[in-house]
Amino acid sequence: MAEQSTVVGKGYEPFEYEVGREKIREYANAVGEENPVHHDPHAASGAGFRAVVAPPMFAVVYSSGAIVPAMFDPDVGMNFAMMVHGGQEFAWSDLVYAGDTITTTASVLDISKRDDKTFYVFETVSVNQDGREVTRGTWTNIERGG
Amino acid sequence: MNEGEQIPELRVTPDRYLPHRYAGASGDFNPIHIDPEFARQVGLPSTILHGLYTMALVARANTAAAGGDPRSLRRLAVQFRGMGLPEKEIVVRGTVRAAGEGGTLVDTEAEQDGNRIVRNAEAELTPG
Repeated sequence: MAEQSTVVGKGYEPFEYEVGREKIREYANAVGEENPVHHDPHAASGAGFRAVVAPPMFAVVYSSGAIVPAMFDPDVGMNFAMMVHGGQEFAWSDLVYAGDTITTTASVLDISKRDDKTFYVFETVSVNQDGREVTRGTWTNIERGG
Repeated sequence: MNEGEQIPELRVTPDRYLPHRYAGASGDFNPIHIDPEFARQVGLPSTILHGLYTMALVARANTAAAGGDPRSLRRLAVQFRGMGLPEKEIVVRGTVRAAGEGGTLVDTEAEQDGNRIVRNAEAELTPG
């Protein structure tokens, strides 16, 4: 395992994701989001939105390409066999719409030990094509033993 | 919404293939969610739900409580404990902890078979 204290603060290459209308619909169907603004462009414009709206937790979809390389970074050194996803937080700002390009940047926020557990905390910041923040995510993984 | 008030319960029973659909939608194809044989080899009863799927149910319950506008959920923090299983009902419950001009805070949890699979969840909703 690498010297973990030095990896705190490390940032990763931004990941760009183009939001497709049908991807939003697929996601909304999987999680049971039935509001028509997530499915139908006419419903979305009728409700005053510029396009089909991504449900809040769609954040997972556009940020995964940024967070996965951070979690697999050998400098971080997580042992996936002993790891569970312990906690998750998202804070939302501007809405995300079909047609947006979302750029997400991940970083290592904190690594700490408590009892026999190691807590790995990552942050993602996602902005849209206008440079406006849409989501900030905090991802906590817990590794047992070690 | 007033302090101490319960938000409407959300009850969902994910079917056996839900983890496959969520894997496709989210891009998370970890075999513990889609391959029963693999799941059993690593000591699980069978395939388990994605934690972020269960979190999406918690998000839905809070958005619905705020009237359904997708802008109403400002922040959501959850802890995953235990594991969710397909084909068993999940119940999301929440209680308003604080309500003011700055917004509404809802303490939420998701329970399945007496097991609190999401706990200490805190949702922040727009005022109103």
